[in-house]
Amino acid sequence: MKASADETTRERDMPTVNEAPSSGHMIECRDLTKVYLSGDQETHALCGVSLTIDPGEYVAIMGPSGSGKSTLMHILGALDNPTSGEYYFEGQEISEFSDDELADMRRLRIGFVFQQFNLLPRATVLRNVVLPLVYSGIPRGEREEKAEAALRKAGLEESHWTHLSNQLSGGQIQRVAIARALINDPALILADEPTGNLDTKTGDIILETFNELNDKGHTIVLITHESAVAERARRTIRIMDGLIVSDQRNGHHRAAAVAAPAPVDAAAPAETAAAAGETEVVS
Amino acid sequence: MKLSDILEESVIAIGANKVRSGLTVLGIVIGIASVIALTAIGQGSQASITSAIESAGSNLLTVSPGASSSGGVRGAYGGAKTLLLTDAEAISELSLVKAIAPQVTGRYQVIATAGNSNANVIATTAAYETVRNVTMSGGTFITDSDTSSYSKVAVLGSTIATDLFGDPAAGGTDPIGQTIRIKSTKFTIVGVTAAKGGFGPDNADNAIYVPLSTGMRFLAGETTYLSTLSITAVDQKSMDQLQTDITDLLLTRHKISDSTSADFRVMNQADLASTMTSTSRTLTLLLAAIAGISLLVGGIGIMNMMLTTVTERTREIGLRKAIGAKRRDISIQFLVEAVIMTFLSGIIGVVVGWLASMGINHFGGLNSVITVQWVVIAFGLSALIGIVFGFYPARRASGLNPIQALRYE
Ligand SMILES: Nc1ncnc2c1ncn2[C@@H]1O[C@H](COP(=O)(O)OP(=O)(O)OP(=O)(O)O)[C@@H](O)[C@H]1O
Ligand SMILES: [Mg+2]
Repeated sequence: MKASADETTRERDMPTVNEAPSSGHMIECRDLTKVYLSGDQETHALCGVSLTIDPGEYVAIMGPSGSGKSTLMHILGALDNPTSGEYYFEGQEISEFSDDELADMRRLRIGFVFQQFNLLPRATVLRNVVLPLVYSGIPRGEREEKAEAALRKAGLEESHWTHLSNQLSGGQIQRVAIARALINDPALILADEPTGNLDTKTGDIILETFNELNDKGHTIVLITHESAVAERARRTIRIMDGLIVSDQRNGHHRAAAVAAPAPVDAAAPAETAAAAGETEVVS
Repeated sequence: MKLSDILEESVIAIGANKVRSGLTVLGIVIGIASVIALTAIGQGSQASITSAIESAGSNLLTVSPGASSSGGVRGAYGGAKTLLLTDAEAISELSLVKAIAPQVTGRYQVIATAGNSNANVIATTAAYETVRNVTMSGGTFITDSDTSSYSKVAVLGSTIATDLFGDPAAGGTDPIGQTIRIKSTKFTIVGVTAAKGGFGPDNADNAIYVPLSTGMRFLAGETTYLSTLSITAVDQKSMDQLQTDITDLLLTRHKISDSTSADFRVMNQADLASTMTSTSRTLTLLLAAIAGISLLVGGIGIMNMMLTTVTERTREIGLRKAIGAKRRDISIQFLVEAVIMTFLSGIIGVVVGWLASMGINHFGGLNSVITVQWVVIAFGLSALIGIVFGFYPARRASGLNPIQALRYE
């Protein structure tokens, strides 16, 4: 375990100590693999994924079902460990983090929206949303304000705020999960199919929220199956069978999403870093 | 995480699954309540036996005529005619004797104006009152002058008084001043004893007391033989010595050289008391064992509840970790939950157990005494079970990474 003085230092200024490239990337992965063992059977969910994502990026991840998108997101969100490979978050190697440091990182730096929306059953919507703040020891009054703001951004009608989470529809649950991810105003938002259960209108409210957050400098990574959703992002990564098959900048401003030009096939995984570097120039 | 939040989170979690929490509480309540109620019965019967023995008189020795227990086949004990009034006088000279009350006992038909009965009539002296610890509810006991003047007076036990004259509280006549006929002799009632409690036909509440001289002359038919001698020793620790002294004295007086062929028997109240208390202690332990089994069953119920919900709770732990809870936050929450549950049920269990033993006291006619020691044991054990099985699985689960915990089956 590291001293808490260390922790605070890390939160304030970015990478200095590590042997990681001090390029100021928010996320840098090298050769991530994930092998699931169930009985004798090995499933290779990730087979060597390398990518970098810079602060302020808006990335969509696409790919067929079972290609390893959720697995990658869990690793990026510090919820699961890779089988091999390196993952630097804000310049720090994640595997060197203590359990408590990981908890701080999940609570303060990252907002995660699960594919299966994990809410506490039999607890109210508001309680679910404020939970990350409860673990931060934030005073009650402040908690309520933030929760209400987050629920508005996620587009959940006020009449549902005091419902128990198991009395909600799939789309409402999804919005609660998004509100919870937004509550700590995290630098990085990871959303696993956040609009999968929503009609286009409510989906749009959420995507608009993401756009606004991105404009304010938040980094957003989302998984989607819909190209219309992916086109709102500035960069699209395609995954197949646990490998990145394309990494393409949507060479347009997202206001012009409808008239997007044909995708340019990006470089192989090893060149991803270079491609990501160009992203800065485009936007 | 703040204390108020930890408490709130725990209370929400307990309330979120009412069936699980309810069954866990029920298990502990049953365990604790049955331990308390059953041991209370055991302790209560022990206490009533002790008090019954003590109410017979303290530091009491009794001498009965007839064969000693080790003397083989002899005439029926108690019926033999070997104890004389002169023996009683000789014993009263012994230095360790504080008081002595000779008795001649017989069963006679007793007739009063209102009713009749068959009663144990004890002819004795004034000393009997202190030796056998008699308390009066009205009038006086037999006096020395009654004995010396062959007065035809009688003192009634509380039960026989109501049998013959009715309950004074329910419109019966006051027996004092009334006359009764025992074996065709008229006696004037001068006193009624207070109820002592006890069982069987020789129950002191069922006895009638008359002066020794009167009883010997008019009832026993000019007898000179005694039925029993009740003797109080000067103190507790000289009882054994006095027992030996009396035995030696009577052996000499009756000219018997071999103590195994003694024609009398000296009994020590302490011996009786220790036999009775050890019997009732066995009873208490037996009841405690039964209670222990129900505590164990309750405990297994708790374990079962806790372990079957481990899957659900592991997912919950995974979710909490995923949104940034620290291991310590989770451990504390589950510990607080377990403590709240076990203490809540502990308190309910103690109250239920207490009410149950009060009920037994009141309606079951059994004496029951709650002992702090058993309350502590019952409470402590169930708290331990609840906390270990509520907390340990949670602590283990909090060490998993969030996805492992969320995927736990
Ligand atoms: N816990 C696990 N144990 C074993 N295999 C797993 C586990 N989790 C995922 N897998 C396997 O890993 C592969 C990738 O799964 P993943 O959930 O990342 O897919 P996905 O791209 O998110 O799919 P979808 O679009 O359907 O959500 C799949 O073949 C899946 O069966
Ligand atoms: Mg998925």
